Amino acid sequence: MSDVELTPDEVRHVASLARLGLDDVEVERLGRELTSILGHVNTIAQLPIADVPPTKHANPHGDALRSDVARSGAPRQEALANAPDPTAEGFRVPPIGA
Amino acid sequence: MAIDVIGLTAERAAAMLRGGECTAEELAQAYLDRIAAVDGEIHSYLHVDAERTRADARAQDAAGGDPLAGVPIAYKDLLSTRGVPTTAGSRILEGFVPIEDADVVRWGNEAGLVSLGKTNLDEFAMGSSTEHSAYGPTRNPWDPARVPGGSSGGSAAVVAAGCAPWALGTDTGGSIRQPAAFCGLVGLMPTYGSVSRFGVVAFACSLEQVGPMALTVRDAALLQQVIARDTDRDATCTGPRAPIEVPEPGRLDGVTFGVPRAELEEGVEEGVRARFDESLRIAEALGARLVDVELPHARHGLAAYYVIAPAEASANLSRFDGVRYGLRVDAPDVRAMYEATRDAGFGAEVKRRIMIGTYALSAGYHDAYYVQAQRVRTLIRRDFDAAFGDVDAILLPTAPTVAFPIGARLDDPLAMYANDIFTLPVNLAGIPALSVPNGLSEGLPTGLQIIGPAHSENLLLRLGAAFEAEHGFDPVPPAMRRAS
Repeated sequence: MSDVELTPDEVRHVASLARLGLDDVEVERLGRELTSILGHVNTIAQLPIADVPPTKHANPHGDALRSDVARSGAPRQEALANAPDPTAEGFRVPPIGA
Repeated sequence: MAIDVIGLTAERAAAMLRGGECTAEELAQAYLDRIAAVDGEIHSYLHVDAERTRADARAQDAAGGDPLAGVPIAYKDLLSTRGVPTTAGSRILEGFVPIEDADVVRWGNEAGLVSLGKTNLDEFAMGSSTEHSAYGPTRNPWDPARVPGGSSGGSAAVVAAGCAPWALGTDTGGSIRQPAAFCGLVGLMPTYGSVSRFGVVAFACSLEQVGPMALTVRDAALLQQVIARDTDRDATCTGPRAPIEVPEPGRLDGVTFGVPRAELEEGVEEGVRARFDESLRIAEALGARLVDVELPHARHGLAAYYVIAPAEASANLSRFDGVRYGLRVDAPDVRAMYEATRDAGFGAEVKRRIMIGTYALSAGYHDAYYVQAQRVRTLIRRDFDAAFGDVDAILLPTAPTVAFPIGARLDDPLAMYANDIFTLPVNLAGIPALSVPNGLSEGLPTGLQIIGPAHSENLLLRLGAAFEAEHGFDPVPPAMRRAS
């Protein structure tokens, strides 16, 4: 994996995966910036370290589990309080696949 | 009584309160007056509610008792505060009011600390200068033309400007230590998993910790005592291994420091290097032994970090979708609504990181980028483990430069990222590090970073107190004293 150069179509594909609507100016700029950043990141892609186990996180103690006791969550009114378009019972969204 | 809050430590403030020299309300008011006088220029706070602060202070005057009760504090605006706006420096969370406190805020409240407000930061803590805040940059109290560092730049600036005695920040790749260094403060990044992340707006969960930013090492220890606790609301948090101790300065006989000289060969400003070398001489004069250590994979830290942190960020920030909280931009269907909301709500640096992370996690690239970066992470951890077999702690400059001018690195993401070259390997390894003031270069503060093995906070604080006493650094910027 040597130098990567992201084409505008690749940038649009990644943006679509990330649910980011980008305009053409952003697509052009991000193509340039990502190419430069990934060029630096590629310095590790070549390292012959396939036998090294990956580290996911650094806590040597592993997960801290609490006892499995049911407790109530936030009251509905509070949970809905910050929603841009709440109903009395839930979150309203625009039609799916209109 | 007029209280001079400039350079006032939290420890001294607590003594004034306990000794009846002032009330919590008078103290809070003195800070609110200071904020009104200087924060128009510095722009370190995003949210101040004077009425609420005075009411909280009065409640502490009525209750009293606890050692720190009534001492003011500022919280990075990445920390959720119940009933108080929390923006994470982003337009997408403008107007968001959390329904719960972050654990660290809850514990601050339990200790009787009085919040002065929420501090500015790079959007979602992504940055090294606080220029990426959607609400405008914070200025460095040492030189308003320069950045305070970041991402906890607001928390650093409030303390340096005398607008709070101490503050909490978060550190994902250097975001406590580098702004502490740029603003002449003490900053502690605790061992991964020793402080709860519950209620911290998530950026990169495997890397970030909350920690104190303060005028003195003793203050940093006192605040760490408040926040280093076990919790049942963060499955990665197991608390500290031993109670945090407030250190007394002393000699360093019997201490062995490792110095990774190869890391210092490139890119370190001359003045920063000179101050660092001076601290090495101080260490020897105090009885410590210096040995060379090698961290052969640390130079790959930047590349590994800029895969892992954006990958985690791209997943974490998927929750901002215009449905449950924050901004929504209306559109005819839900997918178009997601895309329009996120395009309008996120700033340029956040989009950059989401794009890098999404690319690195996408089909065909996951192993080559993300898993490879995690392997490098293992090698960096092993480097530190091996070094700590021979030495008690490792010394490095906190940042390779002093605070840079506002705007200087904004158009060059890689140059901005490179400022964290000495701090981010520490987050990858999950070990603690303390930055203490290390004298001035060109009239601007530099930082000494002391890195230790997991759960060595008490050792780091003791070592930091020794350097602090020898340096006798005055943490009040000259311009701030004149502004009073």
